[in-house]
Amino acid sequence: MSEPEHDRPAEAGTAAASDGVGYTLMVALVLCIVCSLVVSVAAVALHPLQEANRALDRQRNILLAAGLYIPERKVADLFGRVESRWVDLSSGRFVKTPDRDAREEQISIPKSRDIAGIKTRPRYVEVYVVHEGDELHTIILPIQGLGLYSTLHGFVALAGDGNTVQGIRFYEHGETPGLGGEVDNPRWLALWPGKRIYDGGSEPRLRVVKGGVDPDSSDAAYEVDALSGATLTSRGVSRMFQYWFGEDGYGPFLAGLRKGEV
Amino acid sequence: MQAEAKKALFDPLVDNNPVALQILGICPTLAVTTSLATAMTMAIALTTVLAFSNLSISLIRRHIPNRIRIIVYMVVIASLVIVVDQFIKAFAYSISKQLSVFVGLIITNCIVLGRAEAFASKQPPVLSFLDGIGHGLGFSLVLMIVGTVRELLGSGKLFGQTVLPLARDGGWYQANGMMLLAPTAFFLIGLLVWAVRTWKPAQVEQHEFQIRQVHRTEAL
Repeated sequence: MSEPEHDRPAEAGTAAASDGVGYTLMVALVLCIVCSLVVSVAAVALHPLQEANRALDRQRNILLAAGLYIPERKVADLFGRVESRWVDLSSGRFVKTPDRDAREEQISIPKSRDIAGIKTRPRYVEVYVVHEGDELHTIILPIQGLGLYSTLHGFVALAGDGNTVQGIRFYEHGETPGLGGEVDNPRWLALWPGKRIYDGGSEPRLRVVKGGVDPDSSDAAYEVDALSGATLTSRGVSRMFQYWFGEDGYGPFLAGLRKGEV
Repeated sequence: MQAEAKKALFDPLVDNNPVALQILGICPTLAVTTSLATAMTMAIALTTVLAFSNLSISLIRRHIPNRIRIIVYMVVIASLVIVVDQFIKAFAYSISKQLSVFVGLIITNCIVLGRAEAFASKQPPVLSFLDGIGHGLGFSLVLMIVGTVRELLGSGKLFGQTVLPLARDGGWYQANGMMLLAPTAFFLIGLLVWAVRTWKPAQVEQHEFQIRQVHRTEAL
């Protein structure tokens, strides 16, 4: 069973004992223990830093969506104005902060209704609100949906009327840089503020459209110009809005908000 | 020793470049060179992994049982990659999001495994370490060249800073979207290999067989 001499590295395993089964097992075991120690130490030691980064990145994107981000100021300070609330999507009401298990709870979406391509949705969603005096100024809602290659995760900030978009922002996606990745482009994101989601009905009317938006048309408030070279990512964003602002998403919640019931 | 060290460090830059001559590590070269920031992070990550995998494997080279040597290399490389990935997530979070799976894929990068088997398993630690740095730099050089061309022509930027103002942003430069797609990296690597081999004809490979004109009467 021994391998030909020229197959082995010149200096390795010169002693015959070094090819024995016991020796091989021992080396493998020692190596695995040493390596797992190194990996665990790195993972545990760096975990707090990574978690802090992740939380900071989320907060920064919430502020960016709401148009409250100021580069010179610390994110943590700016975030002080933002209040976190939980919404039960089915009832469309604010609820008390659910316990840990309930927060993780996912409901599967039937394929025929899964417009955004996300398969499951959470039962409770953490949303963010900003008050100006006593008045509800901004409400920031997380959305997800399939683009071309990846699921896009983002936030939509709505004005207190629960209809007018204040800004949107995607904080995680794996779209092609320069094409679908342009969902991060500030110039495209700047097209969103002022757009309206509902035209009075309960179905969202806001769409991403190809070929430019005619500013004089009556649809202009409900249309956003698509990204050039990224048809499928644009369609994904459009569907994301249809799903999340439809009756399975924030539809009931926002309808209540508009009537002042929540 | 001095000459050997110099050779281990500088040979892989041009004379024995892992991408341009050995044609290894093409996959990450295609994947992460759409922008210079990701290309540079990948270059640093790979150089670090390569240098330390070479060093560790060289340190234990006399104790590695021959039959499981490849698995031993993989375990060492995989551990190093996880550590590097954790560091990137902790200190360069936004770049780690863009690199996504590609740092993890360093585990299967043929340059790393290739140097472990071909060099570090036979050579002393310091020399192996230098060889790892050298090959890492050779890889980085190609990554940066390809990344510069792709980001500049594809998005009109370098390291995210606008160099050529884009027509869609009111400038004059019409961005070439094809530069951002993977096949373009193939073309660029091809052009690079061509350029290097024109400069250093010694790198041109011998034909494996000679195509010869056969007269139709000979074919019978």
